[in-house]
Amino acid sequence: MDIILDAVRGPWAWYVAGPLIGLTVPLLLFLGNKRFGLSSNLRHMCAITPSKNPFFRYDWRREGGWNLLVFAGIVAGGFLAGILLANPAPVQVAESTTAALAQAGLSVDGRFAPAALFSWSSLFTLPGFIVMVLGGFLIGFGARWAGGCTSGHAIMGLSELQWPSLLAVAGFFVGGLLATHLLLPIVLGL
Amino acid sequence: MTTADASTNTDSRATSAMASFAARYVLIGMYFGFVLVKAEVLSWYRIQEMFRFHSFHMFGTIGMAVVVGMVTVWLVKRYQLKAVNGEAITFTPKDRSWARYLLGGSLFGVGWALTGACPGPIAALIGAGLTGFIVVLLAAVAGTWAYAQLRTKLPH
Repeated sequence: MDIILDAVRGPWAWYVAGPLIGLTVPLLLFLGNKRFGLSSNLRHMCAITPSKNPFFRYDWRREGGWNLLVFAGIVAGGFLAGILLANPAPVQVAESTTAALAQAGLSVDGRFAPAALFSWSSLFTLPGFIVMVLGGFLIGFGARWAGGCTSGHAIMGLSELQWPSLLAVAGFFVGGLLATHLLLPIVLGL
Repeated sequence: MTTADASTNTDSRATSAMASFAARYVLIGMYFGFVLVKAEVLSWYRIQEMFRFHSFHMFGTIGMAVVVGMVTVWLVKRYQLKAVNGEAITFTPKDRSWARYLLGGSLFGVGWALTGACPGPIAALIGAGLTGFIVVLLAAVAGTWAYAQLRTKLPH
């Protein structure tokens, strides 16, 4: 029993987790005739507000009700896996990454995200504010401009062999590499 | 049966249809969120590993997910598989352009690397007790709102 529980607690290897994540595609297609893509929820959240922008004037319950339910489910799944069945061991990080981050002044704390950047109190530090607020803003702005995020383009779009999704994923990597190697060292030094 | 009974029956049938609709998507979300946590792909550190090419974990995970998705889409097209409700499953080609994908995608990538998260992981992190990601979520909603204001001025 302990062996099973330990295996469930994780971390799961990529060859286990990857196919399980991919299964979300057939689950949504066959059970609901829906296409996987989570950043649309950010648009639906805007559409709930009384904004007059035509981009947000549609029936969000009809178009996006199902996807908002998926989003709420992810929060619940995160609670189940991250708190009720939490893995007591610290998050695995490659030694080379630990060393590179130490050089930039950030120590690995074993959590999913460093508390030094993502706690409520770090919101009032310059690095914390930039990472949380600017980072979050660019996720919402960029995903909608590109018409999708990691789920909609990298998983669903590539699965459909959509050429534009490959361009978008290339963009994700250009931005991610620039931010990791040029922007982040500056932000962490502030 | 009286008219009142009939309308109660219709109501309860509508309610149970609604409940089954809601349960289906919430459960799919829970499944996905559970895997995100257990694979640690929602971790800021794991995203750092990926963008520094220090670990195969993220590449392997996303790669295998895409393989499963590709096989699914291929099977759906090849055998014209239908959804459980009998509807035909169709795929719509995305607009052929480059500006929105490369420019929007790059901005998204900067956000992905800074926060170490994308929309799915943001939700899972909030559930896992990292409530600071509520700020990230609100900022992402604000970013989407700002995009809508500038949309007509941006290249697509």
